[in-house]
Amino acid sequence: MTAILPTTSTRPAIIVDHVSKRFLKRNTHSMKEAFISWTKGKKVKSDTFTALDDVSFQVGEGESVAVLGLNGSGKSTTLKLISGVLEPDGGRVFTRGRVAGLIEVGAGFHPELSGRENVYLNAAILGMEEKETQERFDDIVAFSEIGEFIDQEVKHYSSGMFMRLAFSVAIHVDLDVLLVDEVLSVGDAPFRAKCVSKIKELTERGVTMLVVSHSSETVKQLCHRGIVINRGKKIFDGDIDEAVAYLEN
Amino acid sequence: MTAIDLSDFDVPGRGRGLLDVLRWRYLLKLIVRKGTATRYRNSVLGWTWSYVKPGVQFLVYFLVMGVVLGLNRGIENFPVYLFSGIVAVNLFNEAFGNATTSIVENSSLVRKIYLPRELFPIAAIIVALIHFMPQLAVLLFVCILVGWTPSLLGLGAALLGVLLVLSIALGVGMFFAGINVRYRDAQNFVEIIRMVSVWSSPVLYTWTLVEDVAPPWLVHVYMSNPITIAVELFHYGFWAPTASETHGYPDQFFVHTMVAVGLCIFFLVVGQLVFRRFERTFAQDL
Repeated sequence: MTAILPTTSTRPAIIVDHVSKRFLKRNTHSMKEAFISWTKGKKVKSDTFTALDDVSFQVGEGESVAVLGLNGSGKSTTLKLISGVLEPDGGRVFTRGRVAGLIEVGAGFHPELSGRENVYLNAAILGMEEKETQERFDDIVAFSEIGEFIDQEVKHYSSGMFMRLAFSVAIHVDLDVLLVDEVLSVGDAPFRAKCVSKIKELTERGVTMLVVSHSSETVKQLCHRGIVINRGKKIFDGDIDEAVAYLEN
Repeated sequence: MTAIDLSDFDVPGRGRGLLDVLRWRYLLKLIVRKGTATRYRNSVLGWTWSYVKPGVQFLVYFLVMGVVLGLNRGIENFPVYLFSGIVAVNLFNEAFGNATTSIVENSSLVRKIYLPRELFPIAAIIVALIHFMPQLAVLLFVCILVGWTPSLLGLGAALLGVLLVLSIALGVGMFFAGINVRYRDAQNFVEIIRMVSVWSSPVLYTWTLVEDVAPPWLVHVYMSNPITIAVELFHYGFWAPTASETHGYPDQFFVHTMVAVGLCIFFLVVGQLVFRRFERTFAQDL
């Protein structure tokens, strides 16, 4: 184990150290298929696809950093490695404090349960205890603008209502590190503005943030530093305006 | 420049397995509630189905085994004997089946958010236990009708039976749940085990019939099956007090029970290890 040297001015909250991630690309899905491919002389074994190749960076406490790149460049994979959903094939990932992700909000929602039940369930999935949820319940409902529909089953919600409630739960979780993946496309313009200001409020409180987004406008609003990833390799790390410019060229 | 002190850092996605579930018990409670609340949504009869299904199953076995094949000769209160065995096997089948598919059924969560994944098989088993309660209620009702008097030892035996069933279901359930993510063949294999389980234990017949035809070593293997032990413990707790004479237990019944307990622990450890081995690639295999 080699020691990791700090690269940030504050103590890092996220460390990604020489991380690689490969996925298997299977060419056949059953014995029968494998046999037929073999007789036809096609490839039977699976190929590997390198999603991330020796990526290293650190995010200091209280920093807000954007991960930029084109589709399929490995941005979301990076976030999933930090949240612990995926494990790296090479290198190490470390986090400090309570990490929560606004990654695909609403993943834990069950359509047959009421909005209220879903708030409790989803908050617990994101690591909240019963008491914390009770204390924040009214704030969550108020932020989501769901109002009296809270006791309806979620399957009767419009997709906008659904996303608003899910986002509202996620944003009220107590955390030290926030991972945001493309969720700022939620809802209409006024709600989006509300979300952005809420996230800014969190960064002002010292929450560390890592954002993945395609919208260079949002990213410039929220972050001061940008990391550009292309085909699994880190190609730029620096000021957000330069990073966005780098990506656009 | 000095190196970073990593002592207060966490490695994301690395839990402590089953132990983590204790810390997340509030979430476990909610997942279990979700499982029971959504089970009979949009059904008119609702929980009645939990009584109807085992009732019909019992009736079929009773008519075919007891009346047509005449297996009830020599077993006093054959319906109680039959039913007390069936509920034990049903508990195993439901818990085991639920646990096996638990990860695949919660794939949307497993793929997107990190949680101790052991939560899902454990929740599945608790849900199975809750659905076992109506069957137990029916069994107790029938027992009381035929003059059952509870004894502390009998109830203790039944409780041990339940524990054996749940732990073996969790052990093998985690084993297959982990494999099932990558190879759905596991689900079919589990179906076969569930199909065999009711016949490989003395539910529809007595263990003495096995002793009559099988060599001694095979009888030992047969009797060391945790499900068999659980069924016999249920017989001891519910059926034996209602019968004036029973066919008794094998001489080494205590040894068999201990072997069964050992097997349960063994499968729990193996199940957890295999589960953790496969857990690392759950998100990308689903």
